[in-house]
Amino acid sequence: MNNTYAVRKFKPRKLVLLLGLLLTALTFSTLGAGAAQADEINTDQYDYVIAGNVQFDGEPIEDVLISVEGSGYEAEVVTDADGKWRIGVPEKEAYTVTLDEDTLPKGVVVAKGGSTIDAEFGLTKVKSVNFFLGEGERTTVSFFDQFVNRFVNGLNFGLLLALAAIGMSLIFGTTGLSNFAHAEMITFGALATLTLSVTMGVPIWLAILVAIALSGALGWGLDAAIWKPLRKKGVGLIPLMIVSIGLSLALRYTFQLFYGGGTSQLPGSGMADMKFGPISLSWLDIGSMAISIVVLLAVSYFLLRTRIGKATRAVSDNPSLASASGIDVDGVIRIVWIVGGSLAGLSGVLWAYFRPGVSWDMGFQILLLVFAATTLGGLGTAFGALVGSIIVGLFVELSTLWLPSDLKYVGALVVLILVLLLRPQGILGRKERIG
Amino acid sequence: MIDWGAIFSNAAVELISPTTAAYALAALGLAIHFGYTGLLNFGQAGFMAIGAYGYAISTLSFGFPVWASVLVGIGASVIFALILGIPTLRLRADYLAIVTIAAAEIVRLLFTTNTFEPLTGSANGLSGYKGGFAALNPIPPGTYGFGPFEYNAYDWWLRIVAWSVVVLACLFTWQIMRSPWGRVIKGIREDEDAVRALGKNVYFYKMQSLILGGVFGTIAGMIFVLPRAVVPSNYQTSLTFFVYAILLLGGAATILGPVIGSMVFWVLLSFFSGFIARAVEAGWLPFMSSIQAGQLRFILVGVAIMLIVIYRPQGIFGNKKELAFVK
Amino acid sequence: MSNNTVPTAKPVKTVDMHIGEAVPGCKKKDPILVVDGVSRTFGGLKAVDVEHLEIPRGAITALIGPNGAGKTTLFNLLTGFDKPDTGSWTFEGTPIGGVPAFKVARMGQVRTFQLTKALGLLTVMDNMLLGAKAQIGENLFRAILPFMWRKQEADNKVKALDLLAKFKLDAKKDDYAASLSGGQRKLLEMARALMSDPTLVMLDEPMAGVNPALTQSLLDHILGLKAEGMSVLFVEHDMHMVRHIADWVIVMAEGKVVAEGDPHEVMRNQAVIDAYLGQHHDEDLGEDPDAEKEHVGAIKELLDDEL
Repeated sequence: MNNTYAVRKFKPRKLVLLLGLLLTALTFSTLGAGAAQADEINTDQYDYVIAGNVQFDGEPIEDVLISVEGSGYEAEVVTDADGKWRIGVPEKEAYTVTLDEDTLPKGVVVAKGGSTIDAEFGLTKVKSVNFFLGEGERTTVSFFDQFVNRFVNGLNFGLLLALAAIGMSLIFGTTGLSNFAHAEMITFGALATLTLSVTMGVPIWLAILVAIALSGALGWGLDAAIWKPLRKKGVGLIPLMIVSIGLSLALRYTFQLFYGGGTSQLPGSGMADMKFGPISLSWLDIGSMAISIVVLLAVSYFLLRTRIGKATRAVSDNPSLASASGIDVDGVIRIVWIVGGSLAGLSGVLWAYFRPGVSWDMGFQILLLVFAATTLGGLGTAFGALVGSIIVGLFVELSTLWLPSDLKYVGALVVLILVLLLRPQGILGRKERIG
Repeated sequence: MIDWGAIFSNAAVELISPTTAAYALAALGLAIHFGYTGLLNFGQAGFMAIGAYGYAISTLSFGFPVWASVLVGIGASVIFALILGIPTLRLRADYLAIVTIAAAEIVRLLFTTNTFEPLTGSANGLSGYKGGFAALNPIPPGTYGFGPFEYNAYDWWLRIVAWSVVVLACLFTWQIMRSPWGRVIKGIREDEDAVRALGKNVYFYKMQSLILGGVFGTIAGMIFVLPRAVVPSNYQTSLTFFVYAILLLGGAATILGPVIGSMVFWVLLSFFSGFIARAVEAGWLPFMSSIQAGQLRFILVGVAIMLIVIYRPQGIFGNKKELAFVK
Repeated sequence: MSNNTVPTAKPVKTVDMHIGEAVPGCKKKDPILVVDGVSRTFGGLKAVDVEHLEIPRGAITALIGPNGAGKTTLFNLLTGFDKPDTGSWTFEGTPIGGVPAFKVARMGQVRTFQLTKALGLLTVMDNMLLGAKAQIGENLFRAILPFMWRKQEADNKVKALDLLAKFKLDAKKDDYAASLSGGQRKLLEMARALMSDPTLVMLDEPMAGVNPALTQSLLDHILGLKAEGMSVLFVEHDMHMVRHIADWVIVMAEGKVVAEGDPHEVMRNQAVIDAYLGQHHDEDLGEDPDAEKEHVGAIKELLDDEL
């Protein structure tokens, strides 16, 4: 039986913050480490001590924040006027010691060995840990530059989300299906490109084109094999949605069965960034945005100007009326699935370059964001999905300016909930008429 | 050669395992939401995570006794249900689905992030919170049982408590669903405007249902972590989908459905993966590695969900006439 | 509609309810519902724009008008199912503008729906019991203690059986409501509404989709409501029925009240005929193809009535 009681020291401030975030899911706040109390901590309480001396060029440095962590214990301290610090620890175990570089004076950095050191006790009860400081500039980027950079990144991300979201929105509009398996259509595009280009050696541009065609075929196949028969059977929308959840699970693990759990790279991935003023972009990013914009324009043209596109919008608006006025509803839905599949496949390829990497669950990772984008814009409105995607993309990237990066999706999801609260029909959606 | 005895006994063990009990309870909560009220809660994993973390953090960080930790978890899930319900219960059913799935992900990400590492243990999760529960164990130390069901005192204690909770929850649900309260709830599933026109505060009833089913999910989350550690990656959206699979298997608007569904689900899953793993070892499936064998079962769950919804939407126990699907 | 739907006994009409001329918005001697300046727009289209309207107590009032006149929208507004852009209204002297639907129903103003909302997967009996007011067992905490609500439940069952017998549904009490015919569901919906002892019953197209064999009993039930002291407001297309049972008729067109009065008077009103004909002329292409036929029929009936 596991009966280890961990000793935990924590700051109540963080708890309040956790609850705050959890309960209101609204708080955006900077999460700086709290100021430590003294140059010595817990040295009376515990037998074992980790100690050190922070100096640069023979000069002691005051007020540098040092933290120790390990075996469920955590403590932090700031150096005194002599640059000295001591932290008592409960057990003779391995700890990691971290020096907070932000608290070093300007022009001083940790020169080698990094700002985190693993400390293990030898024969004595005191372990000394010292950091090698050197002269140097930490590259600090101004807030504005960071903002611009993130903004462009967010735009790129939003555009690739839009490709998937418009497909999902068209499918929702014409069939009423909230398609969870859209995630796997995204993954499929990337996996097909990977197989074609890396395994079979097809040139990348051709591989992408073939993969998009295959994705379209997948969309057509899913409609023909599953969704059309179920529509004919008169299965309700919510059972249909649950069927799509089952399909999503089955497909996702089928991908894992064949491709394994790892991540692979498409050819050309990880290309070096170039500088355009404050913006650093690679040719891949530029290409990705250009492709997204061209394809989105083409989709808009299709929806607004072509006969079949107009029919699609008519079916979204009112299927029975459209059918009564002689539109081949099944034909329109088939085309929507093919277009939706191709768009999802393309978005998967772009997502593989953006992350970067191809993996079996990559589509599922952004499925919620795609849902958020379609809902934000207004369920079933194709252009709403575009607007929603850009907002989600920008939000995900810009929120990293304030939030830790492992919370970047949280911001977008919180925005989704807030928008539903204030404008339930979505940004471009129409208000429903009751009764 | 394949050791059939081991496969069968491993599968049989799942019948009364605390995990089976936890899933049964979580599915019963969903039955209240989805089967009886027609609420599409896709965030049951979030409620379970709140139960697990609420209990573990209260115990580890604050040294609360067992009862207080349980209450903290339940309190947190009530607040979570209010946050989900207030904006969405007035809206169309699919909005609740999207908001609950998003909120459950928010909860998981908040528990996973390094920012709150001192409290949540970030990606590594938490352990070492079982002492209080073990100390309540009245069973003298030793090993009891027969055949595959042979456990030590703690494991028996855990099973007894877990299944007692499930039985109590079933009785409670059975009682309220045959009361006038349950009638209103089922009426809301059929047509909430009609119920509103009869003078019932539909919003308030939906909120009660959301909270009640959520609390069941939260308690299930606590049971779920008593035989293991709290690990944030357990609370992904797939967990909710598995609970849905169990619910649909048993029958969405039934009391015993979730329980039997959970037993069938886990026994079959264990049997299937045991069989495949040994078949791979024995060289019966030369094209497959043992890792791949483990993934097959998820594919199976996905296919099972699809087949049940299409061909037997009322589940094993559901009444064919009382198809429990929201239209 | 054939003659066999006309009841044998002529219903007793309530007369002399208004003060002054029978013009749109005229005052009533004893109004149960008073509406002031209610408007509701849908994307630029004014669906309802009622300046003043009073519904008399203890009488059967019909609300008629061509398709898209805003009758159902007005119903939704008055019962709290939709929110108006402007306006206020009182029920039994209490302002109920902005009061949620369930509270309106609790005050004694209950409604039925154009598309019947029988709760299909509940039994007929459960449908009925759901209608009863102030049930102890509808509180979650008391629900787990059956001894607290068993007696009330038994009383409600007696009352429900009584009503079901009246509506000839007692044999079906244990069937799922989904198994009933369209007309039986209408009856069930009405019976269910009566479980709450309402003072004003609002019926949205009670005859729509009802088998002619059942119309007679429905008409008798509506007349029965009045006999029991309830006020009735109903939306209807069937002019025979309106003429036959209504004590007072309100005509709406394009969201406004265009005429009011005694059924025979109103149907001679030029504004009413114009309303029906006008709607016929500038009808939308997207409208229901049956609408035209229906309106021609309605006008024929109006004219027949004049003879």
